[in-house]
Amino acid sequence: MTAFFQSLGMNYEWAWFVSTICGILLIALPLMLGVAMIIYADRKIWAAMALRRGPNVVGPFGLLQSFADGLKVFLQETIVPSASNKILFLIAPIITFTVALMAWAVIPFNSGAVLADINVGLLYVLAISSLGVYGVVIAGWASNSKYPFFSAMRASAQMISYEVSIGFILICVVLWAGSFNLNEIVADQKGHVFGILNGYAFNPLLFPMWVMFLISGMAETARAPFDLTEAESELVAGYQTEYSSMAFALYWLGEYANVLLMCTLNAVLFFGGYLPPLDLPFLYIVPGFVWLLAKILFFFFVFSWVKATVPRYRYDQLMRLGWKVFLPVSLGFVVLVSGYLMFTRYG
Amino acid sequence: MIHTIAFYLFATLVVASGAITILARNPVHSVLWLILAFFNAAGLMVLVGAEFIAMLLVIVYVGAVAVLFLFVVMMLDIDFAELRAGFIKNFPLGMLVAVVLLCEIVLGVGAYRAGALHLGTPDGSAATAVGVSNIKAIGTLLYGRYLFLFEAAGVILLVAMIGAIVLTHRQRSDTRGQNISRQIARRPDEATVNVKPEVGKGVSL
Repeated sequence: MTAFFQSLGMNYEWAWFVSTICGILLIALPLMLGVAMIIYADRKIWAAMALRRGPNVVGPFGLLQSFADGLKVFLQETIVPSASNKILFLIAPIITFTVALMAWAVIPFNSGAVLADINVGLLYVLAISSLGVYGVVIAGWASNSKYPFFSAMRASAQMISYEVSIGFILICVVLWAGSFNLNEIVADQKGHVFGILNGYAFNPLLFPMWVMFLISGMAETARAPFDLTEAESELVAGYQTEYSSMAFALYWLGEYANVLLMCTLNAVLFFGGYLPPLDLPFLYIVPGFVWLLAKILFFFFVFSWVKATVPRYRYDQLMRLGWKVFLPVSLGFVVLVSGYLMFTRYG
Repeated sequence: MIHTIAFYLFATLVVASGAITILARNPVHSVLWLILAFFNAAGLMVLVGAEFIAMLLVIVYVGAVAVLFLFVVMMLDIDFAELRAGFIKNFPLGMLVAVVLLCEIVLGVGAYRAGALHLGTPDGSAATAVGVSNIKAIGTLLYGRYLFLFEAAGVILLVAMIGAIVLTHRQRSDTRGQNISRQIARRPDEATVNVKPEVGKGVSL
Protein backbone atom coordinates (compact mmCIF):
# COMPACT_ATOMS: atom_id res chain seq x y z
CA MET A 1 0.00 0.00 0.00
CA THR A 2 2.98 2.31 0.63
CA ALA A 3 3.95 1.94 -3.02
CA PHE A 4 0.46 3.05 -4.11
CA PHE A 5 0.67 6.27 -2.13
CA GLN A 6 4.21 6.83 -3.39
CA SER A 7 2.87 6.63 -6.93
CA LEU A 8 0.53 9.50 -6.02
CA GLY A 9 3.62 11.67 -5.65
CA MET A 10 4.28 11.44 -1.90
CA ASN A 11 7.73 10.86 -0.48
CA TYR A 12 8.37 7.57 1.30
CA GLU A 13 7.79 8.77 4.86
CA TRP A 14 4.47 10.41 4.09
CA ALA A 15 3.33 7.47 1.97
CA TRP A 16 4.17 5.10 4.83
CA PHE A 17 2.33 7.29 7.31
CA VAL A 18 -0.81 7.60 5.20
CA SER A 19 -0.86 3.92 4.27
CA THR A 20 -0.49 2.90 7.92
CA ILE A 21 -3.40 5.14 8.91
CA CYS A 22 -5.46 3.64 6.09
CA GLY A 23 -4.48 0.14 7.21
CA ILE A 24 -5.54 0.86 10.78
CA LEU A 25 -8.91 2.16 9.59
CA LEU A 26 -9.29 -0.80 7.23
CA ILE A 27 -8.91 -3.15 10.21
CA ALA A 28 -10.64 -1.16 12.96
CA LEU A 29 -13.83 -0.12 11.15
CA PRO A 30 -14.80 -3.59 9.83
CA LEU A 31 -13.82 -4.95 13.24
CA MET A 32 -16.25 -2.62 15.01
CA LEU A 33 -18.99 -3.56 12.53
CA GLY A 34 -18.07 -7.21 13.07
CA VAL A 35 -18.28 -6.77 16.83
CA ALA A 36 -21.77 -5.26 16.51
CA MET A 37 -22.91 -8.19 14.38
CA ILE A 38 -21.17 -10.76 16.57
CA ILE A 39 -23.00 -9.47 19.65
CA TYR A 40 -26.23 -10.02 17.73
CA ALA A 41 -25.06 -13.50 16.68
CA ASP A 42 -24.10 -14.33 20.25
CA ARG A 43 -27.56 -13.40 21.51
CA LYS A 44 -29.26 -15.30 18.68
CA ILE A 45 -27.22 -18.48 19.26
CA TRP A 46 -27.75 -18.28 22.97
CA ALA A 47 -31.48 -17.75 22.46
CA ALA A 48 -31.73 -20.66 20.00
CA MET A 49 -30.08 -23.01 22.49
CA ALA A 50 -32.46 -21.85 25.21
CA LEU A 51 -35.45 -22.30 22.81
CA ARG A 52 -36.10 -18.56 22.71
CA ARG A 53 -36.30 -16.19 19.77
CA GLY A 54 -33.65 -13.71 20.77
CA PRO A 55 -33.59 -10.17 19.32
CA ASN A 56 -36.16 -10.05 16.50
CA VAL A 57 -37.78 -6.62 16.61
CA VAL A 58 -35.29 -4.01 15.38
CA GLY A 59 -34.71 -4.41 11.65
CA PRO A 60 -35.19 -7.63 9.66
CA PHE A 61 -34.62 -10.66 11.98
CA GLY A 62 -33.51 -8.15 14.61
CA LEU A 63 -30.28 -7.53 12.67
CA LEU A 64 -30.08 -3.91 13.79
CA GLN A 65 -30.44 -4.72 17.50
CA SER A 66 -26.79 -3.98 18.31
CA PHE A 67 -26.98 -0.60 16.60
CA ALA A 68 -30.13 0.26 18.51
CA ASP A 69 -28.39 -0.72 21.74
CA GLY A 70 -25.37 1.34 20.72
CA LEU A 71 -27.57 4.38 20.11
CA LYS A 72 -29.29 3.83 23.44
CA VAL A 73 -26.08 3.81 25.49
CA PHE A 74 -24.72 6.71 23.45
CA LEU A 75 -27.68 8.87 24.44
CA GLN A 76 -27.48 7.90 28.11
CA GLU A 77 -26.00 10.15 30.74
CA THR A 78 -22.46 9.31 31.82
CA ILE A 79 -22.60 8.88 35.57
CA VAL A 80 -19.33 9.15 37.47
CA PRO A 81 -19.71 8.09 41.11
CA SER A 82 -18.75 10.92 43.44
CA ALA A 83 -16.53 8.66 45.57
CA SER A 84 -14.65 7.35 42.56
CA ASN A 85 -11.22 8.33 41.33
CA LYS A 86 -12.58 10.26 38.36
CA ILE A 87 -9.63 10.27 35.96
CA LEU A 88 -8.81 6.60 36.40
CA PHE A 89 -12.50 5.75 36.30
CA LEU A 90 -12.72 7.24 32.81
CA ILE A 91 -9.33 5.98 31.61
CA ALA A 92 -10.07 2.32 32.45
CA PRO A 93 -12.62 1.61 29.69
CA ILE A 94 -10.41 3.45 27.21
CA ILE A 95 -7.52 1.10 28.10
CA THR A 96 -9.69 -2.00 27.61
CA PHE A 97 -10.98 -0.77 24.27
CA THR A 98 -7.60 0.40 22.93
CA VAL A 99 -5.80 -2.77 23.95
CA ALA A 100 -8.51 -4.89 22.34
CA LEU A 101 -7.86 -3.13 19.03
CA MET A 102 -4.05 -3.02 19.26
CA ALA A 103 -3.39 -6.74 18.96
CA TRP A 104 -5.04 -6.88 15.54
CA ALA A 105 -2.02 -5.12 14.01
CA VAL A 106 -0.10 -8.38 13.54
CA ILE A 107 -2.95 -10.68 12.42
CA PRO A 108 -2.43 -11.85 8.81
CA PHE A 109 -5.74 -11.62 6.92
CA ASN A 110 -4.30 -13.06 3.74
CA SER A 111 -0.88 -14.06 2.50
CA GLY A 112 1.17 -10.95 3.31
CA ALA A 113 -1.92 -8.87 4.11
CA VAL A 114 -0.86 -7.74 7.58
CA LEU A 115 -0.50 -4.24 9.00
CA ALA A 116 2.78 -4.90 10.86
CA ASP A 117 4.72 -7.91 9.59
CA ILE A 118 7.09 -8.01 12.57
CA ASN A 119 9.45 -10.80 13.62
CA VAL A 120 8.05 -10.99 17.14
CA GLY A 121 4.39 -11.04 16.11
CA LEU A 122 3.29 -13.75 18.51
CA LEU A 123 5.16 -12.14 21.42
CA TYR A 124 3.44 -8.86 20.52
CA VAL A 125 0.04 -10.57 20.78
CA LEU A 126 1.02 -12.05 24.13
CA ALA A 127 2.30 -8.67 25.38
CA ILE A 128 -0.82 -6.80 24.33
CA SER A 129 -3.21 -9.39 25.70
CA SER A 130 -1.39 -9.18 29.03
CA LEU A 131 -2.25 -5.47 29.13
CA GLY A 132 -5.97 -6.18 28.94
CA VAL A 133 -6.13 -6.89 32.64
CA TYR A 134 -5.37 -3.25 33.50
CA GLY A 135 -8.69 -2.01 32.17
CA VAL A 136 -10.48 -4.32 34.58
CA VAL A 137 -8.20 -3.80 37.58
CA ILE A 138 -8.17 -0.01 37.30
CA ALA A 139 -11.94 0.05 36.86
CA GLY A 140 -12.37 -2.08 39.97
CA TRP A 141 -10.16 0.16 42.06
CA ALA A 142 -11.29 3.53 40.69
CA SER A 143 -14.98 2.73 41.17
CA ASN A 144 -14.38 2.71 44.94
CA SER A 145 -17.11 0.16 45.41
CA LYS A 146 -16.88 -3.33 46.84
CA TYR A 147 -18.24 -5.47 44.00
CA PRO A 148 -16.04 -3.96 41.29
CA PHE A 149 -13.10 -4.34 43.64
CA PHE A 150 -13.75 -8.06 44.20
CA SER A 151 -14.11 -8.43 40.47
CA ALA A 152 -10.80 -6.68 39.84
CA MET A 153 -9.01 -8.99 42.30
CA ARG A 154 -10.53 -12.02 40.62
CA ALA A 155 -9.70 -10.74 37.15
CA SER A 156 -6.04 -10.08 37.88
CA ALA A 157 -5.56 -13.53 39.44
CA GLN A 158 -7.46 -15.29 36.67
CA MET A 159 -5.80 -13.59 33.73
CA ILE A 160 -2.27 -14.01 35.06
CA SER A 161 -2.90 -17.70 35.77
CA TYR A 162 -4.09 -18.49 32.28
CA GLU A 163 -1.51 -16.33 30.55
CA VAL A 164 1.19 -18.64 31.90
CA SER A 165 -0.24 -21.73 30.25
CA ILE A 166 -1.09 -19.80 27.08
CA GLY A 167 2.57 -18.81 26.93
CA PHE A 168 3.69 -22.45 27.06
CA ILE A 169 1.10 -23.47 24.46
CA LEU A 170 2.32 -20.75 22.12
CA ILE A 171 5.92 -21.92 22.63
CA CYS A 172 4.92 -25.36 21.29
CA VAL A 173 3.51 -23.70 18.15
CA VAL A 174 6.57 -21.48 17.79
CA LEU A 175 8.92 -24.46 18.15
CA TRP A 176 7.11 -26.28 15.40
CA ALA A 177 6.90 -23.30 13.06
CA GLY A 178 10.44 -22.12 13.85
CA SER A 179 9.25 -18.51 13.83
CA PHE A 180 7.41 -15.92 15.88
CA ASN A 181 6.06 -14.25 12.75
CA LEU A 182 2.34 -15.04 12.36
CA ASN A 183 2.55 -14.97 8.58
CA GLU A 184 5.31 -17.58 8.61
CA ILE A 185 3.43 -19.67 11.18
CA VAL A 186 0.42 -19.81 8.86
CA ALA A 187 2.58 -20.56 5.82
CA ASP A 188 4.28 -23.40 7.70
CA GLN A 189 0.89 -25.07 8.30
CA LYS A 190 0.35 -25.65 4.57
CA GLY A 191 0.01 -29.41 4.03
CA HIS A 192 1.15 -29.99 7.59
CA VAL A 193 -0.40 -33.45 8.08
CA PHE A 194 -0.14 -36.07 5.29
CA GLY A 195 0.65 -33.19 2.95
CA ILE A 196 -3.05 -32.44 2.63
CA LEU A 197 -4.44 -31.12 5.94
CA ASN A 198 -3.66 -27.46 6.64
CA GLY A 199 -3.33 -26.74 10.33
CA TYR A 200 -1.38 -27.69 13.42
CA ALA A 201 -4.53 -28.91 15.18
CA PHE A 202 -4.49 -32.05 12.98
CA ASN A 203 -1.07 -32.91 14.37
CA PRO A 204 -1.47 -35.45 17.21
CA LEU A 205 1.22 -33.73 19.30
CA LEU A 206 -0.34 -30.28 18.94
CA PHE A 207 -4.02 -31.25 19.07
CA PRO A 208 -4.11 -31.33 22.92
CA MET A 209 -2.41 -27.93 22.86
CA TRP A 210 -5.24 -26.56 20.70
CA VAL A 211 -7.90 -27.91 23.10
CA MET A 212 -6.09 -26.25 26.00
CA PHE A 213 -5.66 -23.03 24.03
CA LEU A 214 -9.39 -22.91 23.31
CA ILE A 215 -10.25 -23.34 26.99
CA SER A 216 -7.53 -20.94 28.18
CA GLY A 217 -8.79 -18.43 25.62
CA MET A 218 -12.22 -18.54 27.20
CA ALA A 219 -10.67 -18.01 30.62
CA GLU A 220 -8.42 -15.22 29.36
CA THR A 221 -11.31 -13.30 27.79
CA ALA A 222 -13.46 -14.04 30.88
CA ARG A 223 -16.15 -15.69 28.79
CA ALA A 224 -18.60 -18.17 30.27
CA PRO A 225 -17.98 -20.66 31.91
CA PHE A 226 -15.08 -18.60 33.32
CA ASP A 227 -16.89 -15.26 33.61
CA LEU A 228 -16.27 -14.99 37.34
CA THR A 229 -15.23 -11.36 36.99
CA GLU A 230 -18.83 -10.43 36.18
CA ALA A 231 -20.70 -13.26 37.84
CA GLU A 232 -24.06 -11.55 38.25
CA SER A 233 -25.26 -13.80 41.05
CA GLU A 234 -22.26 -12.88 43.22
CA LEU A 235 -20.89 -9.53 42.06
CA VAL A 236 -23.85 -7.64 40.47
CA ALA A 237 -22.05 -6.83 37.20
CA GLY A 238 -18.45 -7.13 38.40
CA TYR A 239 -16.10 -4.34 37.41
CA GLN A 240 -18.78 -2.77 35.18
CA THR A 241 -21.21 -2.19 38.05
CA GLU A 242 -20.62 1.55 38.32
CA TYR A 243 -20.35 2.19 34.59
CA SER A 244 -23.01 3.61 32.35
CA SER A 245 -23.34 5.09 28.90
CA MET A 246 -20.37 5.10 26.51
CA ALA A 247 -17.89 3.97 29.17
CA PHE A 248 -19.96 0.82 29.54
CA ALA A 249 -20.22 0.48 25.76
CA LEU A 250 -16.42 0.64 25.44
CA TYR A 251 -16.15 -2.34 27.80
CA TRP A 252 -18.77 -4.13 25.82
CA LEU A 253 -17.05 -3.55 22.48
CA GLY A 254 -13.59 -4.27 23.89
CA GLU A 255 -14.73 -7.53 25.43
CA TYR A 256 -16.21 -8.81 22.20
CA ALA A 257 -13.22 -7.59 20.18
CA ASN A 258 -11.07 -9.66 22.55
CA VAL A 259 -13.27 -12.70 22.04
CA LEU A 260 -12.99 -12.25 18.27
CA LEU A 261 -9.21 -11.96 18.66
CA MET A 262 -9.10 -15.26 20.56
CA CYS A 263 -11.18 -16.91 17.82
CA THR A 264 -8.81 -15.48 15.22
CA LEU A 265 -5.76 -16.74 17.12
CA ASN A 266 -7.32 -20.21 17.25
CA ALA A 267 -7.78 -20.06 13.49
CA VAL A 268 -4.36 -18.58 12.74
CA LEU A 269 -2.25 -20.71 15.08
CA PHE A 270 -3.98 -24.07 14.84
CA PHE A 271 -6.25 -24.14 11.79
CA GLY A 272 -4.13 -22.60 9.06
CA GLY A 273 -5.47 -19.01 9.18
CA TYR A 274 -6.18 -17.85 5.65
CA LEU A 275 -5.40 -21.28 4.14
CA PRO A 276 -8.29 -23.58 3.20
CA PRO A 277 -8.68 -26.62 5.49
CA LEU A 278 -7.47 -29.02 2.78
CA ASP A 279 -4.43 -28.38 0.61
CA LEU A 280 -6.30 -28.88 -2.70
CA PRO A 281 -5.69 -26.46 -5.61
CA PHE A 282 -9.34 -25.68 -6.37
CA LEU A 283 -9.98 -24.59 -2.79
CA TYR A 284 -7.51 -21.72 -3.27
CA ILE A 285 -9.99 -20.09 -5.70
CA VAL A 286 -11.83 -18.80 -2.63
CA PRO A 287 -9.89 -15.77 -1.30
CA GLY A 288 -7.87 -16.28 1.87
CA PHE A 289 -9.73 -13.81 4.07
CA VAL A 290 -12.99 -15.66 3.37
CA TRP A 291 -11.48 -18.84 4.81
CA LEU A 292 -10.16 -16.89 7.79
CA LEU A 293 -13.56 -15.28 8.37
CA ALA A 294 -15.30 -18.66 8.12
CA LYS A 295 -12.93 -20.11 10.72
CA ILE A 296 -13.36 -17.11 13.04
CA LEU A 297 -17.14 -17.46 12.83
CA PHE A 298 -16.89 -21.19 13.49
CA PHE A 299 -14.83 -20.61 16.62
CA PHE A 300 -17.16 -17.86 17.74
CA PHE A 301 -20.02 -20.32 17.41
CA VAL A 302 -18.06 -22.72 19.64
CA PHE A 303 -17.56 -19.92 22.20
CA SER A 304 -21.30 -19.13 22.18
CA TRP A 305 -22.16 -22.81 22.33
CA VAL A 306 -20.02 -23.24 25.43
CA LYS A 307 -21.50 -20.10 26.97
CA ALA A 308 -25.03 -21.42 26.43
CA THR A 309 -24.42 -24.93 27.75
CA VAL A 310 -21.68 -25.04 30.41
CA PRO A 311 -22.44 -23.82 33.95
CA ARG A 312 -20.12 -21.29 35.55
CA TYR A 313 -17.00 -22.60 37.29
CA ARG A 314 -16.41 -22.19 40.97
CA TYR A 315 -13.45 -19.92 41.69
CA ASP A 316 -11.26 -22.61 43.28
CA GLN A 317 -12.01 -24.91 40.32
CA LEU A 318 -10.90 -22.18 37.95
CA MET A 319 -7.59 -21.71 39.77
CA ARG A 320 -7.07 -25.47 40.03
CA LEU A 321 -7.63 -25.92 36.31
CA GLY A 322 -5.14 -23.18 35.49
CA TRP A 323 -2.32 -24.04 37.87
CA LYS A 324 -2.69 -27.75 38.56
CA VAL A 325 -3.88 -29.05 35.20
CA PHE A 326 -3.00 -26.71 32.34
CA LEU A 327 0.37 -25.50 33.60
CA PRO A 328 1.98 -28.95 34.17
CA VAL A 329 0.42 -30.45 31.03
CA SER A 330 1.50 -27.56 28.79
CA LEU A 331 4.96 -27.60 30.34
CA GLY A 332 5.15 -31.33 29.66
CA PHE A 333 4.12 -30.78 26.06
CA VAL A 334 6.85 -28.16 25.59
CA VAL A 335 9.35 -30.85 26.59
CA LEU A 336 7.63 -33.45 24.42
CA VAL A 337 7.39 -31.26 21.33
CA SER A 338 10.94 -29.94 21.60
CA GLY A 339 12.23 -33.48 22.18
CA TYR A 340 10.35 -34.79 19.15
CA LEU A 341 11.65 -31.95 16.97
CA MET A 342 15.18 -32.50 18.30
CA PHE A 343 15.15 -36.12 17.15
CA THR A 344 13.32 -35.67 13.85
CA ARG A 345 14.20 -32.23 12.54
CA TYR A 346 17.48 -31.17 14.08
CA GLY A 347 19.01 -34.62 14.64
CA MET B 1 12.88 12.44 11.34
CA ILE B 2 10.11 10.22 12.70
CA HIS B 3 12.83 8.30 14.54
CA THR B 4 13.92 11.45 16.36
CA ILE B 5 10.36 12.47 17.21
CA ALA B 6 9.60 8.98 18.52
CA PHE B 7 12.81 8.89 20.56
CA TYR B 8 12.14 12.22 22.25
CA LEU B 9 8.51 11.30 22.84
CA PHE B 10 9.37 7.99 24.51
CA ALA B 11 12.39 9.37 26.40
CA THR B 12 10.46 12.35 27.75
CA LEU B 13 7.61 10.11 28.84
CA VAL B 14 9.98 7.65 30.53
CA VAL B 15 11.70 10.40 32.52
CA ALA B 16 8.48 12.25 33.31
CA SER B 17 6.53 9.18 34.41
CA GLY B 18 9.56 7.97 36.37
CA ALA B 19 9.61 11.31 38.21
CA ILE B 20 5.88 11.25 38.88
CA THR B 21 6.21 7.66 40.15
CA ILE B 22 8.18 8.90 43.13
CA LEU B 23 6.31 12.19 43.48
CA ALA B 24 2.75 10.84 43.37
CA ARG B 25 0.97 10.89 46.72
CA ASN B 26 -1.21 7.88 46.01
CA PRO B 27 0.70 4.56 45.80
CA VAL B 28 -1.73 3.19 43.19
CA HIS B 29 -1.02 6.21 40.99
CA SER B 30 2.68 5.57 41.54
CA VAL B 31 2.38 2.02 40.24
CA LEU B 32 0.38 3.18 37.23
CA TRP B 33 3.02 5.78 36.37
CA LEU B 34 5.68 3.10 36.79
CA ILE B 35 3.78 0.96 34.28
CA LEU B 36 3.76 3.88 31.84
CA ALA B 37 7.51 4.22 32.34
CA PHE B 38 8.02 0.49 31.59
CA PHE B 39 5.86 0.74 28.52
CA ASN B 40 7.74 3.72 27.12
CA ALA B 41 11.07 2.05 27.89
CA ALA B 42 9.83 -0.82 25.72
CA GLY B 43 9.19 1.75 23.00
CA LEU B 44 12.80 2.92 23.30
CA MET B 45 13.99 -0.69 22.98
CA VAL B 46 12.01 -1.09 19.78
CA LEU B 47 13.66 2.08 18.43
CA VAL B 48 17.17 0.65 18.90
CA GLY B 49 16.11 -2.58 17.20
CA ALA B 50 15.87 -4.78 20.29
CA GLU B 51 12.27 -5.82 19.66
CA PHE B 52 12.59 -9.10 21.53
CA ILE B 53 13.74 -7.37 24.72
CA ALA B 54 10.96 -4.81 24.28
CA MET B 55 8.30 -7.52 24.09
CA LEU B 56 9.80 -9.34 27.07
CA LEU B 57 9.77 -6.09 29.03
CA VAL B 58 6.07 -5.65 28.34
CA ILE B 59 5.16 -9.30 28.96
CA VAL B 60 7.19 -9.77 32.14
CA TYR B 61 7.19 -6.36 33.80
CA VAL B 62 4.00 -4.73 32.58
CA GLY B 63 1.97 -7.91 32.16
CA ALA B 64 2.98 -9.82 35.26
CA VAL B 65 5.18 -8.01 37.80
CA ALA B 66 3.35 -4.68 37.74
CA VAL B 67 -0.02 -6.42 37.92
CA LEU B 68 1.12 -8.08 41.14
CA PHE B 69 2.42 -4.72 42.44
CA LEU B 70 -0.93 -3.16 41.67
CA PHE B 71 -2.73 -6.13 43.23
CA VAL B 72 -0.83 -5.74 46.49
CA VAL B 73 -0.84 -1.93 46.62
CA MET B 74 -4.58 -1.77 46.00
CA MET B 75 -5.25 -4.07 48.93
CA LEU B 76 -3.02 -2.14 51.31
CA ASP B 77 -4.75 0.11 53.78
CA ILE B 78 -2.29 2.97 53.72
CA ASP B 79 -2.09 5.55 56.44
CA PHE B 80 -0.55 8.64 54.82
CA ALA B 81 0.32 10.32 58.12
CA GLU B 82 2.37 7.30 59.16
CA LEU B 83 4.14 7.32 55.79
CA ARG B 84 5.13 10.94 56.26
CA ALA B 85 6.35 10.27 59.79
CA GLY B 86 8.83 7.73 58.37
CA PHE B 87 10.14 10.33 55.94
CA ILE B 88 12.42 12.15 58.40
CA LYS B 89 13.74 8.90 59.85
CA ASN B 90 14.64 7.40 56.46
CA PHE B 91 15.83 10.66 54.90
CA PRO B 92 19.61 10.05 55.37
CA LEU B 93 19.34 6.55 53.92
CA GLY B 94 17.38 7.88 50.96
CA MET B 95 19.99 10.58 50.35
CA LEU B 96 22.73 7.96 50.44
CA VAL B 97 20.99 5.87 47.77
CA ALA B 98 20.39 9.01 45.70
CA VAL B 99 24.08 10.01 45.89
CA VAL B 100 25.18 6.52 44.84
CA LEU B 101 22.79 6.56 41.88
CA LEU B 102 23.97 10.05 40.88
CA CYS B 103 27.61 8.87 41.00
CA GLU B 104 26.71 5.93 38.79
CA ILE B 105 25.03 8.16 36.23
CA VAL B 106 28.01 10.54 36.17
CA LEU B 107 30.37 7.59 35.85
CA GLY B 108 28.28 6.13 33.02
CA VAL B 109 28.15 9.41 31.10
CA GLY B 110 31.88 9.89 31.69
CA ALA B 111 32.69 6.43 30.36
CA TYR B 112 30.48 7.02 27.35
CA ARG B 113 32.14 10.38 26.64
CA ALA B 114 35.58 8.79 26.90
CA GLY B 115 34.53 6.39 24.15
CA ALA B 116 35.28 3.39 26.28
CA LEU B 117 31.86 1.86 25.84
CA HIS B 118 32.16 -1.50 24.09
CA LEU B 119 29.03 -3.59 24.01
CA GLY B 120 29.87 -7.28 24.17
CA THR B 121 33.44 -8.40 23.63
CA PRO B 122 36.12 -5.89 22.58
CA ASP B 123 36.63 -7.56 19.19
CA GLY B 124 32.90 -7.34 18.53
CA SER B 125 32.48 -11.08 18.06
CA ALA B 126 29.42 -11.14 20.30
CA ALA B 127 27.70 -8.30 18.47
CA THR B 128 24.62 -9.14 16.44
CA ALA B 129 25.34 -9.84 12.80
CA VAL B 130 23.33 -7.82 10.30
CA GLY B 131 20.25 -9.65 9.03
CA VAL B 132 19.99 -12.02 11.98
CA SER B 133 16.81 -11.60 13.96
CA ASN B 134 16.99 -10.65 17.64
CA ILE B 135 15.57 -13.93 18.84
CA LYS B 136 18.04 -16.02 16.82
CA ALA B 137 21.00 -13.95 17.99
CA ILE B 138 20.00 -14.10 21.65
CA GLY B 139 19.16 -17.80 21.38
CA THR B 140 22.52 -18.64 19.83
CA LEU B 141 24.34 -16.75 22.56
CA LEU B 142 22.30 -18.01 25.50
CA TYR B 143 22.17 -21.65 24.42
CA GLY B 144 25.63 -21.73 22.91
CA ARG B 145 28.35 -19.60 24.42
CA TYR B 146 26.68 -18.85 27.75
CA LEU B 147 24.85 -22.16 28.17
CA PHE B 148 26.22 -23.02 31.62
CA LEU B 149 25.78 -19.52 33.00
CA PHE B 150 22.23 -19.50 31.67
CA GLU B 151 21.47 -22.86 33.22
CA ALA B 152 23.02 -21.73 36.51
CA ALA B 153 20.68 -18.74 36.48
CA GLY B 154 17.80 -21.11 35.85
CA VAL B 155 18.78 -23.33 38.78
CA ILE B 156 19.08 -20.31 41.07
CA LEU B 157 15.60 -19.15 40.07
CA LEU B 158 14.23 -22.64 40.66
CA VAL B 159 15.77 -22.76 44.13
CA ALA B 160 14.38 -19.30 44.90
CA MET B 161 10.94 -20.38 43.76
CA ILE B 162 10.94 -23.58 45.80
CA GLY B 163 12.31 -21.64 48.77
CA ALA B 164 9.50 -19.10 48.56
CA ILE B 165 6.91 -21.87 48.41
CA VAL B 166 8.46 -23.77 51.33
CA LEU B 167 8.68 -20.61 53.45
CA THR B 168 5.11 -19.52 52.89
CA HIS B 169 3.47 -22.92 52.82
CA ARG B 170 1.57 -23.87 55.95
CA GLN B 171 -0.73 -26.73 56.70
CA ARG B 172 -4.06 -25.45 57.93
CA SER B 173 -6.27 -27.75 59.91
CA ASP B 174 -9.04 -25.26 60.64
CA THR B 175 -10.29 -25.01 57.06
CA ARG B 176 -12.07 -27.55 54.94
CA GLY B 177 -10.39 -27.95 51.57
CA GLN B 178 -11.98 -29.04 48.32
CA ASN B 179 -11.18 -32.59 47.29
CA ILE B 180 -11.91 -32.35 43.59
CA SER B 181 -11.53 -36.03 42.72
CA ARG B 182 -13.94 -37.01 45.49
CA GLN B 183 -16.40 -34.38 44.31
CA ILE B 184 -16.25 -35.69 40.76
CA ALA B 185 -16.57 -39.32 41.89
CA ARG B 186 -19.76 -38.54 43.84
CA ARG B 187 -22.94 -40.04 42.38
CA PRO B 188 -26.55 -38.91 42.99
CA ASP B 189 -27.60 -42.12 44.75
CA GLU B 190 -24.95 -41.78 47.45
CA ALA B 191 -25.57 -38.05 47.93
CA THR B 192 -29.34 -38.06 48.20
CA VAL B 193 -31.80 -40.22 50.05
CA ASN B 194 -35.45 -40.56 49.19
CA VAL B 195 -37.79 -40.82 52.17
CA LYS B 196 -41.53 -40.87 52.44
CA PRO B 197 -42.32 -39.59 55.95
CA GLU B 198 -45.71 -40.08 57.51
CA VAL B 199 -47.79 -36.92 57.76
CA GLY B 200 -46.87 -34.95 60.86
CA LYS B 201 -43.80 -37.07 61.64
CA GLY B 202 -40.98 -35.43 59.70
CA VAL B 203 -37.60 -36.99 59.10
CA SER B 204 -34.42 -37.20 61.11
CA LEU B 205 -31.26 -36.54 59.14
